[in-house]
Amino acid sequence: MAVLYATIREVDVITIVDLSGRISLGEGSALLRKTVRDLLENGQTKILLNLGDVNYIDSSGIGELVSGFTAVRSRDGQLKLLNLTKKVHDLLQITKLFTVFEVYSDEGTAVESFR
Amino acid sequence: MLRVITQFETFFGRRRAGMTSEAKHLEVVLDTHVESVNLAEEMCLRVAEAVGFNEDECYRIGMSVREGVINAFHYGNQEKPEKKIHLVVDLTREKMIIHVMDEGKGFRLEDVPDPLAEENLLSTSGRGIFLMRTFMDEFDVVSGRTGGAEIIMSKKIPAAGSPSSNGNGGASNTAPQQEA
Repeated sequence: MAVLYATIREVDVITIVDLSGRISLGEGSALLRKTVRDLLENGQTKILLNLGDVNYIDSSGIGELVSGFTAVRSRDGQLKLLNLTKKVHDLLQITKLFTVFEVYSDEGTAVESFR
Repeated sequence: MLRVITQFETFFGRRRAGMTSEAKHLEVVLDTHVESVNLAEEMCLRVAEAVGFNEDECYRIGMSVREGVINAFHYGNQEKPEKKIHLVVDLTREKMIIHVMDEGKGFRLEDVPDPLAEENLLSTSGRGIFLMRTFMDEFDVVSGRTGGAEIIMSKKIPAAGSPSSNGNGGASNTAPQQEA
């Protein structure tokens, strides 16, 4: 099973996390949790998770996305999602989390939405 | 890591040959360990592919098995390494039936909060049961013979050539083939 990889880059004051692999119970969920917590500790509260190369999320991964969302919000920040694959899109739709997350399919538009 | 009651190769071999009509039974005892989740998913995916489910249906079956074993690992066995997770796959002409049993205290489906309720949308857990119910044709939880909960879920095996089939197997291939 493929693990998760995270690459961090900055666009103005927005932090974009490019994720690839699986966000699932174990390493994947743990890495996402650590990545978001580390960003918050560094004072970065405008976070865009690029899920374009995330091909699988289980309930543990969904829980970690929600946990990240609430942690960022509690610091008066924003966590948004970019480039969902069909499987992830469908999963967020059936779990009604589309009504919770702001989701974008274009990076420029997503970055602009933070301003 | 695991104890396999029924020989896996026999299970696959007979199914692939498409020459049997009797039910097949696979039983695996897994450690209460994170890696058991991946192992159970991979085993059931191999069975699902072998009997002819297409990619989307395999994804749903794999996810459901994963969620069932996560439930047993985390909630049932409370991540206690001395407890075991029992995975059973029964294959009939019509269905692939999956049982996941833990050695916990059991639970009642009616006590599980609805993850789609407004007040639960931001909950960081509690979506596994919902996903299994959504992705499988039949789903239930009963008191298991191992003392804990037993999740039972099934999916209808696709007929060869149907949209749910991958062309490898399918219900119509289970009958003996007639030679010309």
